[in-house]
Amino acid sequence: MEFDKELDAKNLNCPLPILRCKKGLSEIEAGQTLKIMATDPGATKDFQAFCKQTGHELLQLDDADGVLTFYIKKRAD
Amino acid sequence: MATGRPKKLALIASKGSLDWAYPPFILASTAAALDYDVQIFFTFYGLTLLKKDLSDLKVSPFGNPAMPMPVPMPNLVQVLPGMESMATMMMKQKIASKGVASIEELRSACIEAGVKLIACQMTVDLFDFKKTDFIDDIEYGGAATFFEFAGESNVNLFI
Repeated sequence: MEFDKELDAKNLNCPLPILRCKKGLSEIEAGQTLKIMATDPGATKDFQAFCKQTGHELLQLDDADGVLTFYIKKRAD
Repeated sequence: MATGRPKKLALIASKGSLDWAYPPFILASTAAALDYDVQIFFTFYGLTLLKKDLSDLKVSPFGNPAMPMPVPMPNLVQVLPGMESMATMMMKQKIASKGVASIEELRSACIEAGVKLIACQMTVDLFDFKKTDFIDDIEYGGAATFFEFAGESNVNLFI
């Protein structure tokens, strides 16, 4: 999966992965994709909820040995 | 989604211990990330959370039976000198080891995200707090100031 920016939020707990994600999205253009990795088991639900409420699109979610990787496409302004 | 008026969250932070410092700052920073407009009104012991120096925030096991302790600790032992400092130190170690943010970090995230922090003027007078002890990014106001925002908020919580 292609992406424009990558962030590591592993070993961080709620709400830090979401805060990092928000910051990362503010640093890319609309339509670009942010890849962010997290190990907080609550992140799956939280990132889904984040995208649902903010309008950013969760393109893909991979779970490999507890490392969650989210690909999020920034919404149009 | 980006259009329309943003939702609003109004919080009252009334407690000033290390453990109770978390809910207002976690909820406020997260809501801001979700594009809410957020205000926190700090009153009574909550004012402590606006001090420049947050290093003296403490957690007490005394009268707090739900606090997990490594060994059972009767109240009579908990009142001994140094127990509160020990519990606080243990809590801070746990916070760091679990990747939980520090209060300083969450408060900075709130300020960066534009969360409005309001200090209760009455409490400042009541406890003779010095405004120079508080961070600069705050406003001072009273109950009516709180309601001006809270009355239009989607979510109001007293913590």
